Amino acid sequence: MGAVKLLGTWPSPYLYRVIWALKLKGIPYEYIEQDLDNKSPLLLQSNPVHKKIPVLIHGGNPIAESVIILQYIEDKWPQNPLLPSDPYEKAVARFWVKFADEKGLSIAKVFRSSGEEQEKGLKESLEMLEIIEEHAPGLGQKKFFGGDKIGMVDLTLGWFAQWMGGIEEVTGVKIKEAGKFPRLEAWMKNFKEDPVIKENLPEFKDMVAAMKRRRETLLASK
Amino acid sequence: MAEEVLLFGAWASPYSHRVEMALKLKGVEYKYVEEDLANKSPSLLKYNPIHKKVPVLVHNGNPIVESQVILEYINETWPGYPLLPKDPYERAIARFWAKFIDDKCLLAIFKASWGEEKEREKAAEEVPEFLNHLENELKEKRFFGGESIGMVDIVANFISFWVGAFEEAFGSELLTREKFPKLTNWTHQFVNNTVVKESLPPRDKLVAYLRNRFGGRNVSK
Repeated sequence: MGAVKLLGTWPSPYLYRVIWALKLKGIPYEYIEQDLDNKSPLLLQSNPVHKKIPVLIHGGNPIAESVIILQYIEDKWPQNPLLPSDPYEKAVARFWVKFADEKGLSIAKVFRSSGEEQEKGLKESLEMLEIIEEHAPGLGQKKFFGGDKIGMVDLTLGWFAQWMGGIEEVTGVKIKEAGKFPRLEAWMKNFKEDPVIKENLPEFKDMVAAMKRRRETLLASK
Repeated sequence: MAEEVLLFGAWASPYSHRVEMALKLKGVEYKYVEEDLANKSPSLLKYNPIHKKVPVLVHNGNPIVESQVILEYINETWPGYPLLPKDPYERAIARFWAKFIDDKCLLAIFKASWGEEKEREKAAEEVPEFLNHLENELKEKRFFGGESIGMVDIVANFISFWVGAFEEAFGSELLTREKFPKLTNWTHQFVNNTVVKESLPPRDKLVAYLRNRFGGRNVSK
């Protein structure tokens, strides 16, 4: 079928979405770490429009954008499905994937900025978390958003499990007050304890160190 | 059980129009409900409590929201006219461009037309860059979908019709033939397609509406 290559930068949460999908489906791949300050010809060739990671290259064909990659992996390798088979339930899952992906940008704002912009990001992040806590189907009743097994919504929100804590540590901003989002917290625990996920989470201390450096660079460039 | 398909939409909304086109291309019978966005119906708020927006497709009582999610649902639920390619890789490429159009192009066009001052300048630079990517992606194809209209064309409906209306309403120049010959050509092919034409809003009415709704914010220098 062709070799699978994955271009990424550690410890990007977008990268991890793809790693998790590949691991859950048992797909072997070659990981190639990228330097975003000195982009490789392979990256520029594979993602000329956005020049970002992650990029999946399958048999020479590049696919960019993490949620698009997840969908491709699902289409190409149907084992251990990440989406429900029923079209309506699938549509509901797709809605939440989109929601999680878009609103995740608010949390990124908290990480990438300071002052007024950061406050705005925090406000948006809280709104998003409240919506998920209140509206996400299955939350509180099932183990994961996908039901008994991890699905695409879980993977898209997966970065709550580790990265949000990292952002809080690095910025000193508390995004998620303890006890305020009980269902979400229960889900985070289930997610992190899943054997595949557990084995594929960045080490917290190393992640925080990398994030600290990244945040300094981002703030300095403003 | 008889099938029931309802579409909550707004006549001026390109997102709403996308769903109408898809339903028509698939030959699905549906009931259209026009929403007054300044006075949203209880039904709309019930079916889309999170975003409270149109379009909403309700199929046998089940609501689906977000135009691209709806398009995928329509494609999977009703056979016949394919909105997406069968091959997973080609499908991924189509989804990539659909996402690019919504996330980048449309956002930049909105900002360039009525954003805040500094946002507008940046967006004005981005718009031709983004349109160029689309121009290159079109290559020698009649439509983004190839010989026939596909999901990317449908999602790009904004560019084919609303952009022209924007240009007329605000005196801006976004899509010129000189810079984007393929895209301009595509625009003509698209709006002249029978199914598309059937569901487009009247141009004059749209221009007047845009001027009215957004005109105040865009004070040309």
